[in-house]
Amino acid sequence: MKIFKGIQTRFLGPLGSILMLLLVSNHLYAKTIHKERSIYRNIVITEKKDRRCMRFETRKRTKSNQACLDLKNKDRLVFEYTRSIMVGLAYNPTPKRVLIIGLGGGSLPNVFAKILPKTEVVSVEIDPAVQKLAKKYFDYKESDTIKTVIQDGRVYIKRAIKKGQSFDWIILDAFNGDYIPEHLLTTEFLAETKQLLTKDGILSANTFSSSKLYDYESVTYQSVFNSLRILSSPTKGNRIIFACNCENIDSQFHLDSELENRLKPFAIDLPMLVDRISDKINWDTSVKPLTDQFSPANLLNQ
Amino acid sequence: MKKATVLSLAFCAGFSIMCFELIGGRLLRPFFGSSVYVWGSIITVFMLALSIGYLSGGRLSLYKANLTKYSFIFIFSAITIIPTILFSEPVMDWVFGLTEDPRYGSLTASAILFLIPTAIMGMIAPYSVRILTESKDSSGQTAGFLYFVSTFGSAIGTILTSFYLVLWLEINQVLWLTFAIMMIAGLIALAVSYWEAKQIHPGEI
Repeated sequence: MKIFKGIQTRFLGPLGSILMLLLVSNHLYAKTIHKERSIYRNIVITEKKDRRCMRFETRKRTKSNQACLDLKNKDRLVFEYTRSIMVGLAYNPTPKRVLIIGLGGGSLPNVFAKILPKTEVVSVEIDPAVQKLAKKYFDYKESDTIKTVIQDGRVYIKRAIKKGQSFDWIILDAFNGDYIPEHLLTTEFLAETKQLLTKDGILSANTFSSSKLYDYESVTYQSVFNSLRILSSPTKGNRIIFACNCENIDSQFHLDSELENRLKPFAIDLPMLVDRISDKINWDTSVKPLTDQFSPANLLNQ
Repeated sequence: MKKATVLSLAFCAGFSIMCFELIGGRLLRPFFGSSVYVWGSIITVFMLALSIGYLSGGRLSLYKANLTKYSFIFIFSAITIIPTILFSEPVMDWVFGLTEDPRYGSLTASAILFLIPTAIMGMIAPYSVRILTESKDSSGQTAGFLYFVSTFGSAIGTILTSFYLVLWLEINQVLWLTFAIMMIAGLIALAVSYWEAKQIHPGEI
């Protein structure tokens, strides 16, 4: 290191050092191409090689990306968890109405727009800046069928029930590794979600819980939906919880080669993912479910 | 005796106000979400309530201020918390149906649920100053020390509620705790006021 520094100052001078630094940083770190201050947080758009990502700035050292886009192959779903969520199609390959809580970069609605153009997809996002950036940097396109509502997810669901609406598939994607909206992780909320599902409708929730919260979260979902199916990521800390407004969730997951082929361009390996779905209860069932009265989810997640 | 009582009760009032405010945020969330304007509504209502409380507490202190009346403020504020505990759900449900605008929805619900108890709690600070003040010269110091004690109580109420109480208790249990603190504080003030009357006029009571 010392020698390196010596060479730098001796032969290259200060300008050379800067150039060197720039070269190194460009190679190792993602370049920030846009920064946005929203009312909730600072959002950063970064680019590294062919990957463009949206990140929420946190004080934590680990950087968690909210959404990523492969610039060379825009269809490809970069995250394993987004691919896992789409396994819901093996349960119901033709949902008419889909509700997504948490927009991110809009990669899920984009998949629906391509493979099920007639499906109505409503994405509910609390932060208007996320919607703006999804459209500008992540190719998120709104249309007659692809809609965005800027609202708190819980409020949207309560309002939708009052209006007598229903959805065939509800995707909860409002949780990230850093912060959990606690009012979206209670029995009351999940009961409302279930109420908004059509008969045999399916729920997929992307969750990142660890430590004590893992037990509490599992029990909370279980108390509302009875039977759960879990798709855990073998490497990342998250899991997808599948639950349905039905009698028996198992009988419903079907493998179908036509669907499998349709999902291939998005990097979704359907047989592999379906195979990974588990019904194993690997949590402490003696804890009490979280409720609107008691929901210290973030404190339990430490 | 009287001074120590008033100061510790002012601490309790400061504590309860912030405890109530933080729990208020959690109470509204299922209906109005955790958007930035929900906290905006809550803080607006609490500030408004406290300003009304300061004004009317100061006014009330003009009319023969004594410890008995002081104790009634505590007891009365405790009683007004009860409807918030019992009827928060139907109230929020009703407001939810009333307007689709989540800003004015959360503002209306906050006003209905929190304005009255908080305004009454706000009366305590100026009334405490009146009871404690002995001379014009020391009035600034008295008020300053009282603000110190009650705001310190608020700080403790905030940290204890947000760090621990939400982990130990349900929302309604925290609200009942606030009720109990204000009620017991009021009863202590009442007891001290009787005890003092007895000291001054032994045999009359």
